[in-house]
Amino acid sequence: MIMKRSFYALLAATVAMFLCAAPAAIGKEVLHVYNWSDYMDEGPGGPVSVFEKQTKIDVTYDVFDSNEVLEAKLLAGKSGYDVVFPSTNFIGRQINAGVFQKLDRSKLKNYKHLDKNILRVLEAVDPGNKYSIPYMWGTTGLGYNVKKVQAAFGGNAPVDSWDMIFKPENAAKLKECGLVMLDDPSEILSLTLHYLGLDPNSLDAKDYKEKALPLLNSIRPYIKYFHSSQYINDLANGDICAVIGWSGDILQSRDRADEAGAGVEVAYSIPKEGAGTWFDMIAIPSDADNVDNAHKFLDFLMVPEVIAGITNYVSYPNGNADAFPFIDKEIREDKAIYPSEETMKGLFTMKNMPPKVSRVRTRVWTQLKTGQ
Amino acid sequence: MVKLKWKKLLPSGRTTVIGIPFVWLLLFLVFPFAIVFKISFAEMAIARPPFTELFSFAEEKLSVMLNVGNYLFLFKDKLYVYAYLSSLKMAAGATFLALLVGYPIAYGIARAHPGIRNLLLLGIVLPSWTPFLLRIYAWIGILKTNGLVNNLLMKLGLIDTPLHMLHTDFAVFVGIVYAYLPFMVLPLYTNLVKLDESYLEAAADLGAKPWKTFIFVTLPLSKGGIIAGSMLVFIPAVGEFVIPALLGGPDTLMIGKVLWDEFFSNRDWPVASAVAIVMLLLLIIPMMWFHKHQTQEMETV
Repeated sequence: MIMKRSFYALLAATVAMFLCAAPAAIGKEVLHVYNWSDYMDEGPGGPVSVFEKQTKIDVTYDVFDSNEVLEAKLLAGKSGYDVVFPSTNFIGRQINAGVFQKLDRSKLKNYKHLDKNILRVLEAVDPGNKYSIPYMWGTTGLGYNVKKVQAAFGGNAPVDSWDMIFKPENAAKLKECGLVMLDDPSEILSLTLHYLGLDPNSLDAKDYKEKALPLLNSIRPYIKYFHSSQYINDLANGDICAVIGWSGDILQSRDRADEAGAGVEVAYSIPKEGAGTWFDMIAIPSDADNVDNAHKFLDFLMVPEVIAGITNYVSYPNGNADAFPFIDKEIREDKAIYPSEETMKGLFTMKNMPPKVSRVRTRVWTQLKTGQ
Repeated sequence: MVKLKWKKLLPSGRTTVIGIPFVWLLLFLVFPFAIVFKISFAEMAIARPPFTELFSFAEEKLSVMLNVGNYLFLFKDKLYVYAYLSSLKMAAGATFLALLVGYPIAYGIARAHPGIRNLLLLGIVLPSWTPFLLRIYAWIGILKTNGLVNNLLMKLGLIDTPLHMLHTDFAVFVGIVYAYLPFMVLPLYTNLVKLDESYLEAAADLGAKPWKTFIFVTLPLSKGGIIAGSMLVFIPAVGEFVIPALLGGPDTLMIGKVLWDEFFSNRDWPVASAVAIVMLLLLIIPMMWFHKHQTQEMETV
């Protein structure tokens, strides 16, 4: 009898332990942030630790490297995150699916600092800017190791043109030193269509299967790997020499190469044919637990000095007009980061695709990578 | 009185203890399977969650919408069949390699002095104390172009240009064999350690050479261990995603990657679920065979 009673006592204690585990955190203010990898200084002295010190809110900061991973968490619901950073070509559909909550502007004192022109452009995906604010933006261009690429082309590498990648005879020259692409069907397929003079947001399956795929297949043997974050280190170390990648990531790679001092010189170019451009947004999931703290964090990220500091660290331009004076002169004047008026005209945006086109893109991408 | 009734409703301690594994299976196998099975008959939608409901109740009518299109779709595109076959092939190859590597290890430990057996077994299990992901990442450093192996071979003058090992099927085999080796060695060891040495002496007395004794006595007697170890490696290897994603090349096609694409890139949870259900069916067949073999073995013993 005693044994039986003690068994139940043990069972009850175990259950109680599980039940208590969650509320134990109550009393402490917390915030769960889910951002892209390498997208702000995560160390001491970085924005997160400053925010923690100012507000006494305990921040958990996690990272992802593809919109797909973020979206799957949001669509499953109860992701546990209070602040997330989706891109413009995904956020429209996510707003329609009801995964975000309307921002409470009364809690966002620093909203006035945002760039009005950018907000107007963003209304295309978020009408009235009700659900999101801009974080950083950038382009998808060409990163390269100056010495190795020049050596491969005997001194006159066409780094100002996509011909360097999309012409098989050129790509072949890069095989030896390492040619890499983002593992991102929407980025690369849009760019390929644009290079071919077609609509980068084409809804026609034939454009992908019969136009983009044959061109990509012709350079496929020369591509070392497809990955969306690995190239930052590899380019800086000299393991690869050319990459179609995100502007800020390539510039971070340039900075890392400079710091390492091993003589690797990395450069970024927006080829003359034009390149894709995108915005990463900040939004609060509709089922977030710490809505007040999330607003505080958004407001903190709109402080001009704070967001300028992040731009100085990650080399991506931000969507905050009043932050401009606080940005380092060398970044402000870097045409790879803040493109010239003329380059801006050649940029195209990637739109949200209907499911059928998405499936065609993924299928074409799998076929490109595996040959199946 | 009231208190007494309460007591009757509660299961006895014995039933509770016996019930725990069943509750466990129900919660962590049957329920998730039922949910995935249900989703596999839905249609995708722009909503949260991103698929339609199977059951709807309106105007006093319960309607059930079963969409079998997801399963038919898997046979329309040869990609899926190819990915299943390629996964089975990779898993079978890795299992065979693990057996080749694992058998001598298990045999060696089983034949070692009883005093050091536990120490040797600890050596097999010890690497698992490091997180799985970290151990796979370590292989990137070992296999990459300017990694450990290439640098060593270059220094020894055995090769002039670095070997391309990382991001190939070879690296995936290495990763799977390495990660699952303990699952091969442990069942083999428990089997081999029980092997009665008098059989080997009898074979030797009758004039069999050591290799003959091994092939005709030891190997057949350790069949149970070989099958158990192979199943423990083969089954998780078929659905393996992390190892091919980190060590494999872009042309390494395994069903885990296809599943990832369906789920994340296409946001098509119903098709992803159908892929998972078919994979489960593919795995249940070898598992049932394994189970049948085990019951047979139990009966003969």
